[in-house]
Amino acid sequence: MSPAELPAPFRSYQLDVAWDEMFSPDGTPRPHYQALYELMQQLPADEIRRRKQAADLSFLHQGITFTVYGREEGTERIFPHDLLPRIITNKEWTLIERGLEQRIIALNLFLKDIYNEGRILDAGIVPRDMVYSCKHFRRQMKGLRLPKDLYITVTGTDLIRHPDGRFLVLEDNLRVPSGVSYMLTSRQVMKKVFPQLFQQCGVKPIEDYPSALLATLRTLAPYGKHDPTIVLLTPGVYNSAYFEHTYLARQMGIELVEGRDLVVHDNNVWMRTTAGLKQVDVIYRRIDDDFIDPLAFRKDTILGVPGLFNAYRAGNVTMCNALGTGVADDKALYAYVPKIIKYYLGEDPILDNVDTYILTDDASRQHVLANLDKLVVKAVGESGGYGMLIGPHSTEKEREEFARRIQADPRNYIAQPTLMLSRGPCFVDGQVEARHVDLRPYILYGDKVTIVPGGLTRVALRKGSLVVNSSQGGGSKDTWVLYE
Amino acid sequence: MLSRVADSLYWMARYLERAEHTARLVDVHLNLMLDQSPITADRRWGRVLASLGSPLPAGDSASAYTHVQAMVFDAATRSSIVSCIMHARENLRQVREQISSEMWEQLNRMFHAVKRVQYEEMHDAHPVEFLAAIKEGTHLFQGVTDSTMTHGEGWQFIQIGRALERARCVATLLDVHFNEFYVPHDRHQEAADHLEWIGLLRSCTAFEAYCKAYTADLSPERIVEFLLLNSEFPHSVRFSVDMLQAALNALPEATASKKAGRVSRLAGRLRASLSFTPVDEIMLGGIHGYLDGIQRQCGQIHASAYQGYIDYPIDTAVLA
Repeated sequence: MSPAELPAPFRSYQLDVAWDEMFSPDGTPRPHYQALYELMQQLPADEIRRRKQAADLSFLHQGITFTVYGREEGTERIFPHDLLPRIITNKEWTLIERGLEQRIIALNLFLKDIYNEGRILDAGIVPRDMVYSCKHFRRQMKGLRLPKDLYITVTGTDLIRHPDGRFLVLEDNLRVPSGVSYMLTSRQVMKKVFPQLFQQCGVKPIEDYPSALLATLRTLAPYGKHDPTIVLLTPGVYNSAYFEHTYLARQMGIELVEGRDLVVHDNNVWMRTTAGLKQVDVIYRRIDDDFIDPLAFRKDTILGVPGLFNAYRAGNVTMCNALGTGVADDKALYAYVPKIIKYYLGEDPILDNVDTYILTDDASRQHVLANLDKLVVKAVGESGGYGMLIGPHSTEKEREEFARRIQADPRNYIAQPTLMLSRGPCFVDGQVEARHVDLRPYILYGDKVTIVPGGLTRVALRKGSLVVNSSQGGGSKDTWVLYE
Repeated sequence: MLSRVADSLYWMARYLERAEHTARLVDVHLNLMLDQSPITADRRWGRVLASLGSPLPAGDSASAYTHVQAMVFDAATRSSIVSCIMHARENLRQVREQISSEMWEQLNRMFHAVKRVQYEEMHDAHPVEFLAAIKEGTHLFQGVTDSTMTHGEGWQFIQIGRALERARCVATLLDVHFNEFYVPHDRHQEAADHLEWIGLLRSCTAFEAYCKAYTADLSPERIVEFLLLNSEFPHSVRFSVDMLQAALNALPEATASKKAGRVSRLAGRLRASLSFTPVDEIMLGGIHGYLDGIQRQCGQIHASAYQGYIDYPIDTAVLA
């Protein structure tokens, strides 16, 4: 069956080599999408459009927005959102869950190791210079022991789906991953928009994320303190994720503080309240390492708190995530994660990596330079879809530019094959069309690893585009993990 | 509660109170214009500007009404209605986790409605509908606040901001009005002036309430008594100061602070003056001086509340 024979509103739905979340290659809907498939044929396009407008308005009035940098006017935008859910079966999810748990435990052991004994470096599994040359390596963390040896409390790992249906890990975000509030609020909106579909499908709830996060943070209090004071440290109202910071603080019932609300005295951290100063024990920080303390890191910041790092080293306050975790999500070290898992856990990775060329290796570099038009090149320290070359969509000039940059600084780049991300159904101009998607589940690591079923599905709303980042025309979808 | 949060809630309340007051004042005067009062429009609008605390700059050639329009619509004018709403929202945005979602949604909705209005397009339009929407929106916001937010410390700071701003706005308005229209011992007012006294009462939503208390027989002394000293009318200065003192007194309990002594003394003194001074004495001593005293004391209360709760020096606090 060719895609053209699909019924309305699926007539312009594109099926080809990419894995499709909704349809089998022969054009029949997969069983877990059957209910949505039928509903879309019954609902008139106007009715769907009306529901879409109601959802957008609800996002705007609730102020569920993100900030676009570098524009004077209209700096707040609602998060682009597609109405149709991305659905994952319980079987697929169980595998993802196991794979992520394994990966996070191994990465945490890796961080503890490189900031202490460095056994994996001595064993030659991971090259020493690759760790020390990473721009997110923090020598200030050397020899510091953290409560329960936990470095990565909150992770958002980006997964994509290979054309053969396997889930692959594209990226680990171990510093200050964002987006979880969009996962939570879009679920609330979806329940209003498609109540009957929820009942038909049987969707696992995700609403306990804030309380799970709070419980996780609580286990990390210094000296095992029983009832710690926990705060969320935000860079402030002009940060692109500010909505998320307020949302999480409110849902957890903790104070949302800015750098100017905190004071360090005698290696203890205090916050300024109307009743005087109050001691702070755990900081869920949403400020990057660089900006957290002008005395220890960048001196030109006013976002952070002078002296905070010393209080941290003294063990009087816990910061989550720990500082220096960015070394483990460096895009070049990423290539070593399968070996890291094997080294610490003695297991094979449950979720595979995307093949990655390390460009400091001469043979790989020659191969990559000869095949730039087929590959994706990424700068190792960048995120948000910036500093990237997508070979098949690039011009001759761009490729020359990247070739020059790679030769000048091979450590700063990696290359990967151009991946056909899987596609899922999106509501576009009264039709249902296929768009590329990825998946970012959120992983919490305290006394145990907790992953709420689902995550943020990001979608490249522009036709044919493979870039899902919200700063570059991407949007989100609600992600449903089914009971069955 | 974080000091910064208290600061934001306090200012949010002041900005909204100011927006509401400005909207009502301009609306009342647009209405008075219809009755063709003999004073020229320019003089009227000059007085409105003075009542809002931003008198027409000397030697300005633009008409006063242009300035009034700016006081309503121009986001570049600092105390215009539009910028008050924007500032209120910006303050609220910084403390979103401290307030109810309903409060945020209401103010956010108002902000988006205000933002749509283009200043340039409004030059010829009479902004009556816009002003009505502002008054309604701020009332709605107050109702939502009172019924969905915990009446704890944060709410008390909102009360303080609202009461302080209201007391100052009404005092300024009275001062400007009396300066222009009050003639001592004059029992025979011009019909046109009569309308202006009604306008003064309406600017404080007080006309109907005044009539209930004194009948429609308007006398400046009674109007002062009502707008300044009435203990039951929500827009009187006395009522606002009562509210201010109640909120300040509720604070130390919530914050367990012992630094509140000075600010509650100041508020108590102002309240006592408003409770026990007879109106004849105020008129005899000169109303301008009395109103000036109120402004000064409000300023002191603001400064000392900041010193106690928000802007205290760190070194003494660490040692304590």
